Amino acid sequence: MIMASENMLIEVKNLKTHFFLDQGTVKAVDGVDFDINRGETLCVVGESGCGKSITARSIMQIVDPPGRIVSGEMLLHRRASGSGSGQVEDVVDLAKLAPNGREIRTIRGKEIAMIFQEPMTSLSPVHTIGHQISQAITLHNRVTKEQARQQTVDVLKLVGIPKPEMRVDNYPFQLSGGMRQRAMIAMALSCHPSLLIADEPTTALDVTTQAQILDLMTGLQEELGMAMMFITHDLGVVAEIADRVVVMYLGVVAESGDVETIFNEPKHPYTTALLRSIPQVGGKLRQRLDTIKGMVPDPYNRPQGCPFHTRCINRIPGLCNKTLPPNVSLGGSHEVRCWLFGSSPSNEPLQNGGAG
Amino acid sequence: MTIDLIHQDDSVLLEVRNLKMHFPIRKGFLRRQVGAVRAVDDVNFFVRKGETLGLVGESGCGKTTTGRCILRAYTPTAGEILYRRGSGDIVDLATLDDTGMKPMWREIRMIFQDPYSSLNPRMTLLEIVGDPLKLNTALSGKEIEERVAFLLRRVGLRPEYMHRYPHAFSGGERQRIGIARSLALNPRLVVADEAVSALDVSVRAQILNLLQDLQQEFGLTYIFVAHDLSVVEYLCDRVAVMYVGKLVELAKTETLYENPRHPYTEALMSAVPKPNPKQRGRGKRIILEGDVADPANPPKGCYFHPRCRYAKARCSQEAPALRNLGDDHFVSCHFAEELTLRGVGARS
Repeated sequence: MIMASENMLIEVKNLKTHFFLDQGTVKAVDGVDFDINRGETLCVVGESGCGKSITARSIMQIVDPPGRIVSGEMLLHRRASGSGSGQVEDVVDLAKLAPNGREIRTIRGKEIAMIFQEPMTSLSPVHTIGHQISQAITLHNRVTKEQARQQTVDVLKLVGIPKPEMRVDNYPFQLSGGMRQRAMIAMALSCHPSLLIADEPTTALDVTTQAQILDLMTGLQEELGMAMMFITHDLGVVAEIADRVVVMYLGVVAESGDVETIFNEPKHPYTTALLRSIPQVGGKLRQRLDTIKGMVPDPYNRPQGCPFHTRCINRIPGLCNKTLPPNVSLGGSHEVRCWLFGSSPSNEPLQNGGAG
Repeated sequence: MTIDLIHQDDSVLLEVRNLKMHFPIRKGFLRRQVGAVRAVDDVNFFVRKGETLGLVGESGCGKTTTGRCILRAYTPTAGEILYRRGSGDIVDLATLDDTGMKPMWREIRMIFQDPYSSLNPRMTLLEIVGDPLKLNTALSGKEIEERVAFLLRRVGLRPEYMHRYPHAFSGGERQRIGIARSLALNPRLVVADEAVSALDVSVRAQILNLLQDLQQEFGLTYIFVAHDLSVVEYLCDRVAVMYVGKLVELAKTETLYENPRHPYTEALMSAVPKPNPKQRGRGKRIILEGDVADPANPPKGCYFHPRCRYAKARCSQEAPALRNLGDDHFVSCHFAEELTLRGVGARS
């Protein structure tokens, strides 16, 4: 599986990130597999507490203690630049790198950049946005101050900030929410990353601003050819921008596949239930919403077996509550982790699972 | 807008007329007033008994302030808030003092957005839900406990939880506690301020269903303040759209979503991402340029004109009034009749 694909950018295999607290171990991410190709948009969806942000932070190696990556591989395929004709690929396992080591620091912010949810809390309030962006540029590139400033103005222009020559000297509080998020995106793009991780970048914004930012991000992606890992809980946003979707539940990937498959032929009971529980604009009025009963279990007491079995309507007693189902491929990139599909150890797969 | 509707039509529970809420901006050593943030600027609407009125708009458009004015958390700068009491009397909430408001607060309650900060962490559920009963009724401790148990059961929590503290509950459960508290005094009008915005999708559906059940069971009237248009469409009978302190459009939900008559409503609808990859809207979506106008220094004429695709010379000069286009469809746009705007179903 070393040369899986020409276009492979990052492969995450069996990633486990656990938090060692006094009250016990929280398995925030517990065996996550996915991969991202160059230039594609992967959306990670799930409810709060399902481990989607921690997965992203693990890739960046910025998991706060007492959290730690306990096992797994995160293979980043780097394309060495400047080497004549042939593409020389060199594979780095990010999980092996020390979180504060020199090597990860050359990757973080340069090859993999991240945008956070709250632009107000993730920008420094006491430095101008120009200062913050040019800091990222000078850190990763050999440039003079003047060049860095010029690049900062360019990247601010790229993300559609009006009058970038003036805005570069503004402090975050002088910008509106949408502008701050644009400044965050500018900072992330300043070193031309090959992977952009966006952790709920539009959740704190209004719908009209969200539309602006989504439009900007998809436009920039086409222009710059970077891959995007987009974390969100809004299925509307997923439908709008994703190429492929990963649905997470309680630290594991429940289902993954391309966006059409996930929305039109969801297989995992959780995905099906999630899609049915959202009211749709322009949908039928006053239809009672289907709900998923109960709530996400307490992370200290993860249910044994399939983590979703406590809320699942199709659970098989004696199986789902005992063993975690394996990842089953349903053709193409569509994979589902559920006993209802593929090879169950004893009985034949039950049909009715994907009634959608 | 119709004058004095509440006196003519018995089904009207609340009528807000020319409501203004201006917050002064003070500067300098003497704290002189140098301007005002016009959070709510001349808003008119009415609510019928038993219906749900949605109040939508972007952040800073004054929807929350309007809700708070109705509860008199703020004293409005000007305008009337006429409310029909259970006894049939009509009172103007805008002019009442605290003593006068006290009986009104039993009939009008609020559900808050953030289930984490709106519950006192040092009070048990019994104290939280029972507090309004203790302050407003003469019930004994035992009776309060019974009522709290009933309420908790009604919102889907176990009465045994009564002696626990809020930290022991998840976001969805806390929102249920907030709902139980707002229902403790059998209110007639509930102002729900972004009641489901902070919740996860699966839990949000549970709370939306609960709000609908409770409305039927207790004959409640809701004013539902929200920014999520899909939730509003699901829950509301009529929807009012606000922009920079002004009401721009008010209509029945189906009418508003299918045939919006204000360019801002059209843009707002089009900005909502649809959970269907086949309806991917890149390029087709209307992207509003620029930012929301500053309510302390709004543009001349129609507040929306700098961002409006259809703006003409008149729009920058003359502020449009809210007019009735018939069939309870109110809109404040000079060209509402001439424009053909896209609703949500229209996008292909």
